[in-house]
Amino acid sequence: MSVNWFKYASPASFLPLAGRLAPGFLVAAAILAAIGLYLGLVVAPTDFQQGDAYRIIFIHVPAAWMAMFIYVVMAGWSALALGYNTRLSAMMAQALAPTGAAMAFLALWTGAFWGRPTWGTYWAWDARMTSTLILLFLYLGVIALRSSIDDVRRADRACALLALVGVVNVPIIYFSVKWWNTLHQGSSISLTAAPKMAMIMLAAMLVMTFAVWFYCIAVVLWRVQAIIVEREQNSGWLAKAAGT
Amino acid sequence: MTDPHAVLPAFRWALARDLRIALRSRNELGIQLAFYALVVTLFPLTIAPDPALLNTLGPGVLWVAALLSSLLALPRLFAADFADGTLAAIALSPRPLAALVSGKMAAHWLTTGLPVVVLAPVFALAYHASAGDVAVLVAGLALGTPILSMLGAVGAALTLGARGGGSLLALLVLPLYVPVLIFGAGAVDAVHAGMSAGPHFSLLGAGLLLAALGTPFATAAAVRIALD
Repeated sequence: MSVNWFKYASPASFLPLAGRLAPGFLVAAAILAAIGLYLGLVVAPTDFQQGDAYRIIFIHVPAAWMAMFIYVVMAGWSALALGYNTRLSAMMAQALAPTGAAMAFLALWTGAFWGRPTWGTYWAWDARMTSTLILLFLYLGVIALRSSIDDVRRADRACALLALVGVVNVPIIYFSVKWWNTLHQGSSISLTAAPKMAMIMLAAMLVMTFAVWFYCIAVVLWRVQAIIVEREQNSGWLAKAAGT
Repeated sequence: MTDPHAVLPAFRWALARDLRIALRSRNELGIQLAFYALVVTLFPLTIAPDPALLNTLGPGVLWVAALLSSLLALPRLFAADFADGTLAAIALSPRPLAALVSGKMAAHWLTTGLPVVVLAPVFALAYHASAGDVAVLVAGLALGTPILSMLGAVGAALTLGARGGGSLLALLVLPLYVPVLIFGAGAVDAVHAGMSAGPHFSLLGAGLLLAALGTPFATAAAVRIALD
């Protein structure tokens, strides 16, 4: 059986698909969040060094991961938008930016509340904190550029180019800040070394990661529906689909 | 494919044209340098003029001032040509647009980056820097400020025709300037800490090559988007 993937490159056929998928992802996110928070807040033991303050990582780490991941996904959609000149790709990139910015902000905010009891300071000029802050500025730049250009198609392409320039710079910024100053503890999870966390904490964090991931997908699908309806309001198919 | 022989003449033409325009509006260059000098002057007034403190802060202040004065001159890079239609004519030329915008970047650096590099030793001495520090600072600025012009050109082209002008440009460009700032100012700190500034210069040089490879094409693409 062959599936015609390009069918869903059209906003007209993607709109109902997004409408069907979004509630499913939101329900999945809610269920996973309930499991993850139960594991993280009730089942997982108190850390003998950090006390209960460490439990904020069940939000903090997924948010930080999503902030970085969403930028890469946004750059991917931007590359498609520039390469194939597809409208839907640009709309997806537009829908991702606010969620990515929110995740970066959440990571910084929860990190500050973790840092206060653990390191004794809300903010340190450490590599990952500083590069997450700069990532937030990169998101704000994309959002600001979009809102400053009136022509929608031109805004699409300008933002796509900016996202691509940004994604080349993200690793450079990360390493420059890392070599500049580092007091952040090493990565909590490493693919090469045995995990130092207790299994139950790791499980809770992974479940929460999927919960946050699905939440982001659901929110982005909702936002992209709004963008499609807003942009296509003068096209015939939308009125027909709405049955008016 | 574009004719490889067309690249250098296109670069030279754009460079010569922008330099001629810059030299005929010399007061703008003067304002630029006055701005740089003012920013550098304001810092000691806001903190105590303690020689040891100024010696520590000096490289960072000089770098931030260089970055701001480069940013201040960015709108001039394309905005006037965009407004009077020259940019559209340039983009229509059969010569490669990436080479033409490279010439404009080079002119931007020669008129904003180079004066800053030349003047930096004077201001560094006002911050009680030693002769060795001054040499490292100037070498870092010489390697780093071209990157600022090149990255800035991408932002300047992207914001053509957008509302928000200067502040939008700052939001787009300043985060991208961070690595240059870190390695440039870090070179002097490394020397202060008794280490070699070599790695910082190597990284700045690598950044310069990477920017020279990538930004002309990104800028050309951004110019075409703006002209659509």
